[in-house]
Amino acid sequence: MVIKKKIEVKNLCIGYNNKQIIENLNLDIFQNEVLAIIGPANSGKTSLLRSLNRMTDFNAEVKVTGQILLDGENIYDDEDSTFLRRRVGMVSPLPVGLPMTIKENVTYAPRMAGCKDEKELDHIMEDCLKKAALWDEVKDRLNGLATKLSGGQQQRLTIARALSHHPEVLCLDEFSIAIDPVTTMKIEAVLHELKKDMTIVMVTNVINQAKRLGDRTAMMLHGNILDIDTNERIFGGHTQDKRTKDYIEGLFG
Amino acid sequence: MFKPSNHLLKKEIRENNLRGALSLMTFFLFLPALIIMFWLFIKGFPVLSIDFLIQDPIRGMTAGGIFPTIVGTFWLVIISVIVSCPLGVLAALYLSEYAKDGKRTRIIRLAILNLAGVPSIVHALFGLGAFVLFLHMGTSILAASFTLAVMNLPVIITSTLESLKAVPHSFREASWNVGASKLQTIRHIVLPNSFPGILTGLVFAVGRSAGETAAILFTGVAFYLPFLPQSVFDQCMSLSMHLFTISTQVVGVPEAYPYATALVLILLILSINSISVLMRSYFRTRRKW
Repeated sequence: MVIKKKIEVKNLCIGYNNKQIIENLNLDIFQNEVLAIIGPANSGKTSLLRSLNRMTDFNAEVKVTGQILLDGENIYDDEDSTFLRRRVGMVSPLPVGLPMTIKENVTYAPRMAGCKDEKELDHIMEDCLKKAALWDEVKDRLNGLATKLSGGQQQRLTIARALSHHPEVLCLDEFSIAIDPVTTMKIEAVLHELKKDMTIVMVTNVINQAKRLGDRTAMMLHGNILDIDTNERIFGGHTQDKRTKDYIEGLFG
Repeated sequence: MFKPSNHLLKKEIRENNLRGALSLMTFFLFLPALIIMFWLFIKGFPVLSIDFLIQDPIRGMTAGGIFPTIVGTFWLVIISVIVSCPLGVLAALYLSEYAKDGKRTRIIRLAILNLAGVPSIVHALFGLGAFVLFLHMGTSILAASFTLAVMNLPVIITSTLESLKAVPHSFREASWNVGASKLQTIRHIVLPNSFPGILTGLVFAVGRSAGETAAILFTGVAFYLPFLPQSVFDQCMSLSMHLFTISTQVVGVPEAYPYATALVLILLILSINSISVLMRSYFRTRRKW
């Protein structure tokens, strides 16, 4: 099997208010893999993730230099990043149910992309809600306000919304911190299915989650990647850096 | 059972005292409003009638009604709102959603705050210089409305900014995250959720311009006019100015007349404000987070 590079990060530097968060980071992300990123707080995991779909644009204090190639094209070349975000989706750590109905929430992205066909929207909604393991709980109140859902349900709604525009790359930033373990397992199973269609990059603080879900795992520390390898090697004790092993075993961080 | 200690008892007394003091203060705040309304009602009620509202003032404003002043006030308020609403709301949208937080925007914000602090008589002078003389509008409804609009702009901008800020940033991020553009996010997420707040600011601005006297003094309001304004280039009368005129400038006005005029003005503003409260609660129930 030829492994295709989906994303290539080259010499990425991210500065925040003159403070360098990520320095000279290089990273390849392969097509249809699940890359888990672990690391202690303040190591730049979220900044790296947010630079992948240029959410960093909206914060004037953040300066990004370097290149991120998506299918060989630098995503920072275009002036407008809206289209990029349709290809690279993101799930934020805290649940955000937009103050509209559940149906409007899930169909928000396709509607903004110009889809007006009710049948297709209904189809997308059902499909995405099922994938996010939420369909059974909300199918009777699709026209109810999304903000009335519980935190865990809203988080699954966020995931459903992120799936609704069929991103090629899905970035998950600690998606499970607001969900109970059972639901987490359901969504993990879904992610396992999804990687046939898309590339998944997830930041997680749950090391076991990285172990369960990831094909490869990257360990970040102080704004750079300390270690990146397949899960067998990383969790099999064959780490290049001793600190990665210590972190995984809970000895540090 | 549980027996409170001495310290706890003392604390409870202190807390009750404080609560009493605070509620007393609130009551004192409420009292003047009540007394003013009551007083105006007692004094002005004898002349208050439908005729008073729909008749012209006669015999040198010592008798008749206040119809032209109500018409004039409506002209001024409506035109000033038409001018200041889009300008204020769009400026606030730019400042909140687009402008980068730099030196320039900080200066702009400071200027807006200062503009809010400028006394209305100074606005009137500005209106006289800018609209009446420089732009050759003459003393007219248009010039007076523009002056009112300039006066209201900082209020509208500030209140709109506040309501836009009240929409959680995470909503915007969620919208951007799924590939909605900035404009779509504003249209579908930011504006619908800040609408009640923006509306409140607008209506308060309307109430303020309905009662404003100084700003329109040199710019378009007449002491007395024997006819209704035919276009925006005519002068007009206004309730607030009329109140000033009949209470201090004209001899022989019955005592009840100024009170009744004031009552009409206050009721007008009150009804505008209550419409805003109603609309706000309506929109609040529709959208909630």
